[in-house]
Amino acid sequence: MTGLGILSQLLEIVIALVAAPLLLGWVNQCRAWLQNKTGPGLLQPYRLLHKLFNKESVVAEHASPLFRASPYVVFGCMALACAIVPTLSTDLPLSPVADAIALVGLFAVARVFISLAAMDVGTSFGTLGARREMLVGFLAEPALLMVLFCASLISQSTLLTTIVEALARRDLAIHPALAFAGVAFTMVSLAENARVPVDNPATHLELTMIHEALILEYSGRHLALIEWAASLKLFAYSCIGIALFFPWGIAQADAPLALVFAVPALVLKLAIGGVVLAVLETVSAKMRIFRVPEFLATAFLLAVIGMLVQLLLNR
Amino acid sequence: MPGLDLLDLILAVVAAWLAVGAAGLFALHRFRLVARVLFPLGGVLGLALAGAAGAALFAPPLTTVLPIGLPELPFHMRLDSLSAFFLTVTGAVTAGVSAFAAGYFRKGEGTPPGLLCTQYHVFLASMALVVLADDAYAFMVVWETMALASFFLVTANHRIPEIRRAGYLYLLVAHIGAIGILLSFGVLQANTGDYTFANMRAQQLSPFWASVAFLLATFGFGAKAGILPLHVWLPEAHPAAPSPVSALMSGVMLKTAIYGLLRVTFDLLHGQLWWWGVLLLAVGLATALFGAVFAAAQVDMKRLLAYSSIENIGLLFAGIGLATLFSAYGMSGAAALALTASLYHVASHAFFKSLLFVTTGAVLHATGERNLGRLGGLIRFMPWIAWVTLIGALTSAGLPPLAGFVSEWLLLQSFLFTPGLPDPFLNMLIPVVAALVALVAALAGYVMVKFFGVVFLGQPREPKLAQARDAGAWERVGTLWLALGCIALGVMPAQFVQLIEPVTRQLVGTALPGESWASGWLLVPITPERASYGPLAFLLGVAASFALAHLLVRRLYHGRLRRAAPWDCGFPWQTPRMQDTAEGFGQPIRQIFEPFFRMQRDLPRPSDARPRYRVVVEDHFWYWLYLPIASAVERVARVVGLLQQGRISMYLLYSFVTLIAMLLLVTR
Repeated sequence: MTGLGILSQLLEIVIALVAAPLLLGWVNQCRAWLQNKTGPGLLQPYRLLHKLFNKESVVAEHASPLFRASPYVVFGCMALACAIVPTLSTDLPLSPVADAIALVGLFAVARVFISLAAMDVGTSFGTLGARREMLVGFLAEPALLMVLFCASLISQSTLLTTIVEALARRDLAIHPALAFAGVAFTMVSLAENARVPVDNPATHLELTMIHEALILEYSGRHLALIEWAASLKLFAYSCIGIALFFPWGIAQADAPLALVFAVPALVLKLAIGGVVLAVLETVSAKMRIFRVPEFLATAFLLAVIGMLVQLLLNR
Repeated sequence: MPGLDLLDLILAVVAAWLAVGAAGLFALHRFRLVARVLFPLGGVLGLALAGAAGAALFAPPLTTVLPIGLPELPFHMRLDSLSAFFLTVTGAVTAGVSAFAAGYFRKGEGTPPGLLCTQYHVFLASMALVVLADDAYAFMVVWETMALASFFLVTANHRIPEIRRAGYLYLLVAHIGAIGILLSFGVLQANTGDYTFANMRAQQLSPFWASVAFLLATFGFGAKAGILPLHVWLPEAHPAAPSPVSALMSGVMLKTAIYGLLRVTFDLLHGQLWWWGVLLLAVGLATALFGAVFAAAQVDMKRLLAYSSIENIGLLFAGIGLATLFSAYGMSGAAALALTASLYHVASHAFFKSLLFVTTGAVLHATGERNLGRLGGLIRFMPWIAWVTLIGALTSAGLPPLAGFVSEWLLLQSFLFTPGLPDPFLNMLIPVVAALVALVAALAGYVMVKFFGVVFLGQPREPKLAQARDAGAWERVGTLWLALGCIALGVMPAQFVQLIEPVTRQLVGTALPGESWASGWLLVPITPERASYGPLAFLLGVAASFALAHLLVRRLYHGRLRRAAPWDCGFPWQTPRMQDTAEGFGQPIRQIFEPFFRMQRDLPRPSDARPRYRVVVEDHFWYWLYLPIASAVERVARVVGLLQQGRISMYLLYSFVTLIAMLLLVTR
């Protein structure tokens, strides 16, 4: 563990916490532009968080402590997830604590807690949201794991930092396994972040909502934490995508000065990623809830095919 | 007489269990004595057993001969690392379950309390002896004792017809399995007539006979473990038993089958064949997926847990299969990793499943309901039970940083890094099969959210639930112990993996590389570059963000909170009936995995005055396998019945003819 390692670790956490709402704002702004709207501006998510933190929290009379603790648990999970995904440097002291499998586990913890909290108040929308969230989750989780395994097979490691170092060292040619994994990963991240073909972040229509139904009973600071955690999740997923498929520019452990260039590289990659996400959301239509398992099963199978391809080619 | 060794100490504990059981016979109806003295005493003995066996893990094997049983056939006992590991788990889990049982059993339910205490402690003693037995004769005697004791415990409430039926089914499958085990031992002794395990170990069987012995053992132990398609008794028998007994059956007794499989495959047989591993792997994964899918569709909380046990047993079989496969190819390092994963899962499943079963017992006593459709909101009336169940449920769902995740993590690691199996097809297939393990683990999460959410969260679905009382002191002690076990196993894997090291060394000749614990709080199964996991730092990371967020929000903004009616999009007429039922929560799984189920659905029509929705979910295996076999047996029985005239002279004639035939055979 080096001083520089601790520095880049802290830098990563701070950048994630600060920039995650900005990424969300950027995606929303791009979406608005694509739909010929003016858009609320890049800083809208911050304004929303500020407003929510200032409001008092209204909690249902019979809500249990689990309901009140869940936003903090979810927030903690997402913060840790952002800390272990290498975004700036591969010299991260926290990285050996949780590898790719533990990262998937971390997302699962957050999902389980938010679903349980939604069931806690016992409203029809809450349980409906919990059921749908778990439905999306139980298919998306193995698919994400398989995507990460594809990369693990290439780098012979499940540690994210080692994966990034191994992937960044290869040349620019397209890895066939990673091509499959990339498509699968895009599908999974759309589903996991409650984005358009699976869920619509801008709707409260009962037939379609998943994420919004889960958090319907939250208000004030609890809602703010959940919204912040959601943006952190989007940030973490974008960073996983960057780390797996566009790792060039992330500073290596043996090249400390690269940290200076890593920040603008990250900003650029995130900005492009945001545009891609907005385009994907604009050109696709929301699908019926029972088409979602098919969608995710496709992602799962694509990732598995990716693994097979990798094993076939490296025989 | 030389000084007492650890084996004597352990046998003394077993004898003490039997003595406690015998004491129960003399206090048949003295409820307070049984509950307040005998059961806690059994729990303390469990702790003693765990301690002694834990010390024996690192000791060289000890043997002794007990002069009981038939003349010329004494009981051989042997304590090696493998048995010590299973004894440690048995003792540690029993301590918690017995403490819970002290507060659990109530007056006037079926079997009198004293007799229940006898059966319970005989059951415990036989489970310990199964692991210690060192000859086939002793093994079969204690194995059958275990089956019988648990049969009587299952049928404790024998006045209910379904429970009698479940007990019958259990006894039947247990005996069919026992026949398999017996025949397997018969093959293993290789015509020497010497049934000690030491002799079996010395025999060199041809691959054919070794495979026969292996298949018979897999069949026999698989029946006890509830492996597909021999699983049908498990979801009937485990829920029928009183909850502490269900806990022991799922948490500990199933593990004796795992022990038996390991003993035969890795200790008594040498030179495993690769297809044994593939067979175990395939059967295990099929069982795991089947168990997880069925658990998601259950509406009875104990049946749900029983199916979840099937799922976990499947994962254990898959892990053992992987270890067998690696071992067959001489890759002992990889085999050690897969075996470590399996044994870790043995320990963690023992803790979390026992915990979940005893807490369902507490719910059952407090509410009188097992049906998920009539529960709900219990976190408000039974907070203690709710919180410990949450720990158990999160462990069962395989979430970090608890125990279930560690074994899942190790298992996935061993799937992922198959370092060059000689068979290219297998080499490719194994990492891909990890996808199934991941799917099963994710389904387990679904099941546990359903289980915990429907029982403890939401609004109570029946008005009487508001009278539910939280657990008593003994029940709290027992559940706390088990919950702490789940947490400790989850947070300190680097320490607990050391306890498994001597076992893998004994079975496959090597252990995980020393780095796995040299780095303190980091679990490193292969090399630090490949993978590592540090749950304590992980937990601290989440906890620190939790605390910081909590503090900062209050510091920078405020901590005001107001209680109000639920919002629910402004809809004011919420009733508990509007929440998802257990059926509703499982519906997506039923739809996605429809071919798994034999389903009958009656949908109401819009014009019905009193619409009813009825769905019956059944197991295909009943119709594919069991009912055809049952009708075939009945047909054969009818033919054999022709012989039965009911006249004693006829039967004497039969005996006479048989004797003549035998004489002919023998003298020729």
